[in-house]
Amino acid sequence: MRWVAQLRMRMAMLFGRGRAEARLDEELRDHLERQIAENVAAGMSADEARFAALRAFGNPALVREQARAAWSWTWLELLLRDVRYGARTLMRTPGFAVIAMVVMALGIGANVAMFTIVRSVLLKPLPYPDPDRLTMVYERGVVDDADSQFNVVAGGMFAEWKKLNSTFQDLGVAGNAEFNLSGAGGQLPEKLNGENCSWNLLTVLGVKPALGRGFTADDDRPAANGTVLLTWGLWKRRFSGDPAIVNQTVDINSRSYTVIGVLPAWFVYPEDPTVQLITPAYHDKPAERMESLGNHQFQVIGRLRPGVSVDQASADLALITHRLHNAHLDNPIVARSAIARPLLEDMVVDARRPLYVLFAATGCVLLIACLNVANLLVARGAARRKEQAIRMALGGGRLRLLREHLMESLLLSVAGGTVGMALAWVAIGWLVHTRADLSRVDAVHIDGVVVAFTAGLMVLCALFAGLIGSAVARDERILVSLQESSRGASAGQGRVRLRRALLALEVALTVVLLVSAGLLLKSYERLRSSDMGCTTHNVLTMRIGLFGGRFNDRAEKANFFSELLTRVRALPGVEAAGFVQAVPGQGYWGDGPFSIVEHPPLPAGQTELALYRWADPGYFAAMGIPIVRGRSFDAGKRLDGIAEVVISKQFADQHLPGEDPLGKHLRVDDQVMTIVGIVGDTRYTPSEDPRPMEYLPLYTGFPNNGTLVIRSSHNVEQQALPVQRIVQAMDHDLPVSDVMTMEQLLGKSNVDASFDATLLAAFAGLSLLLAGVGLFGVLSYLVAQRTSEIGIRIALGARREQVLRKMLLDGLRPALVGLALGLAGSVAAAREIASMLYGTKALDAGVFGGVSAAMVLVAAAACAVPAWRASRLDPMTALRTE
Amino acid sequence: MGKPSDLVQGTLDLLILKTILLEPMHGWAIAKRIQQVSGEVLQVQQGSLYPALHRLEQQGWIKAKWAESETGRQAKFYALTAAGRRQLEAETANWNRLSAAIDLIVSEA
Repeated sequence: MRWVAQLRMRMAMLFGRGRAEARLDEELRDHLERQIAENVAAGMSADEARFAALRAFGNPALVREQARAAWSWTWLELLLRDVRYGARTLMRTPGFAVIAMVVMALGIGANVAMFTIVRSVLLKPLPYPDPDRLTMVYERGVVDDADSQFNVVAGGMFAEWKKLNSTFQDLGVAGNAEFNLSGAGGQLPEKLNGENCSWNLLTVLGVKPALGRGFTADDDRPAANGTVLLTWGLWKRRFSGDPAIVNQTVDINSRSYTVIGVLPAWFVYPEDPTVQLITPAYHDKPAERMESLGNHQFQVIGRLRPGVSVDQASADLALITHRLHNAHLDNPIVARSAIARPLLEDMVVDARRPLYVLFAATGCVLLIACLNVANLLVARGAARRKEQAIRMALGGGRLRLLREHLMESLLLSVAGGTVGMALAWVAIGWLVHTRADLSRVDAVHIDGVVVAFTAGLMVLCALFAGLIGSAVARDERILVSLQESSRGASAGQGRVRLRRALLALEVALTVVLLVSAGLLLKSYERLRSSDMGCTTHNVLTMRIGLFGGRFNDRAEKANFFSELLTRVRALPGVEAAGFVQAVPGQGYWGDGPFSIVEHPPLPAGQTELALYRWADPGYFAAMGIPIVRGRSFDAGKRLDGIAEVVISKQFADQHLPGEDPLGKHLRVDDQVMTIVGIVGDTRYTPSEDPRPMEYLPLYTGFPNNGTLVIRSSHNVEQQALPVQRIVQAMDHDLPVSDVMTMEQLLGKSNVDASFDATLLAAFAGLSLLLAGVGLFGVLSYLVAQRTSEIGIRIALGARREQVLRKMLLDGLRPALVGLALGLAGSVAAAREIASMLYGTKALDAGVFGGVSAAMVLVAAAACAVPAWRASRLDPMTALRTE
Repeated sequence: MGKPSDLVQGTLDLLILKTILLEPMHGWAIAKRIQQVSGEVLQVQQGSLYPALHRLEQQGWIKAKWAESETGRQAKFYALTAAGRRQLEAETANWNRLSAAIDLIVSEA
């Protein structure tokens, strides 16, 4: 049991160190006294005996040191001593310590936050069993254009895939749905985002309900009774977490559904975190839509058979799709091919590049922070050269001095890292709160790996800053530095050169960050100011959907919309109101095939597509969309009486070039309609150019949901409540949702760009500040080092302007070298972020020029003060310093 | 008397273990015993003795106990542990092998 003895010994040495030391002294003294006694016995006098014994014993302090060295934990003792010493040194210059710590805290904090997000969002596996086998499947090549790489799937196509594939264990289908959950027991109606899923989708994912049961094939038929699964959040919020809700009925879209279960708390619907309830697709959706090969609107999630690759699955489904396409050559909108990609990749594909760009930016910030701290340490090292040289001359081990250096930077980075970790925690909380729309944001947590990452980062920073800081000290020749630090000599060039190189690097990194941030900011400005083609000021929007028995009647729907608009327009302060399926900036919504009756028919298997919107006659006036020619819909007609369509200018230019579109006829869904007007182009999202669009008359009574727009001369927000009261008065089961002004709506669609640009700009600003401080510090140091030299120059007749110019150039040179390096780096960085830019060239001259100018200005400002101070030196005082 | 031979590093451990095989001893007695038994050839420097004792103690080969010594004062007595006994056997065997080998070479001429 030797290890027990060793362990006991170690514990004794760790906790009883003071006692052990006393005992050691006692033991050595005992030895000495025996020796004296022996000497006396041999006939020496008392004094003689004592000296002889001491001589024989040697240096008692050394013996004690060596005996102690055999004890365990000596390293700990030394470490504690170093820590104490380092802390004391730092405490002597609290200003330096605090600045360096804050710099480290910001650098480490930003990195920890970004690392947590990148890891949680991009790298952590999905929380399902065997997540690697989950794939998303898309149709390809519905029409021949680049955007059709990943197309949503038609219900009929899904059915064929499910039946014929040989690579999937199972395939499930899902479609977005808006649900009106109406109030039982006086609760307000509520509009919720949900999904229609095939019954097996949750089994494909491997999710079992926490309460009740999942869907069965029996639930997933048109004839079945309605069934619904609630998410944990909805259950807690709306039903107060009451388990008795299972097997009770709720009203959804005015139909009765039985709650069969509650999904577990960890479950978040993969493609859309806002989903709150799930109903069976084949029960909810009309059968013809689930069987159509041309109505592309579903997402398909599959679980691969074990050992099957995503590529094999793509090939398998592509072949099935191609056969189907060939079998339906008369139908132009059957997909030609299919493609699968891993579910995780599919979910984060849009987030990946911006996140990595931001992560790279925080990496740069940390590097700059480390360089700055290294720079400060070099300066301190310079001030302590004499001390170091003397210690070395007295036999201080180089390693020991190096360890002290490292201990200082380690203390700084540990303190900074701890504060940084707290900063990261706050930042992540803020991000999760503000960016709930980010894919997988629910998975963002600080965990053990993040803590380990932080610890690693601290050590890395300490080593980096500490080693650079002591690189010069190691090379020191003792005599040289003793001479140098005596009066009258200037600092050695080696240290200065190193600091200049560090500065140039710092400036270069800052320039890269500034250029990237500048490009993103400019692109964001472009986005914000991109012309939507309509009025965006003082316009209020809100979404309304009509569900329920009476709204199955088209006339009822048309009447409701017309009545609603009449009442809203009568409100005091309302200048105009209109209703449309989706306002500009609200997204793509839908496109559909059309043909122009007057044109010769296209060859079989070909078609043309255009975006379509259902709108009321007053919509264009309410939104300020100009009517270029002709007129809006006839406001007096209803239902099948209106066979009119309004097209956008681009539609006319692209599909009816060189002819008069007015009076021509469009065939849409087998209905022939006369083109009565041409209106201005609008964008469906700020970052995309306008596309050809056709407006279909709302009062035909086909659509049942859309956006109500209200324009007012001022304070349009005030209209929100009165309008909602009108809706409530007309039907108390109708919820109104997404009430926001056009400005808010567009801001929301630009939130990604704004987020990326703002964060990057913040990082760039921080590094500009750091670089400025670095320049200032280095030049101040240089001036201080050369005080006597400058004094001599002035005494010998150098003019003050000359001194000023010389010092200024000294400081600016590394900045200019850094600027040149940084511009080169920026070209590479700009290429990387080119795909995130809108309306801005990657090599935008304005941004590059502006950044260069800003950098030179900051560098000049940072250098000006020390240079000016140098030129004002009084030669007599300067020569007397030391 | 010529300068006493320096002890080969590692040999001191063997000598200490061997010396306290029979009875626990304090540091001074160990040094004296080694000196006497070797016929005054081997003189253990205090600078080597105490670090070696503390090292052996940390290793768990010897254990120390404070007890009253023959002078009536407290002294630190070192005794062999079971592990130390095994270590002594191993080191003795090792020494025998080594010294026999050296002897072969030296006496060949």
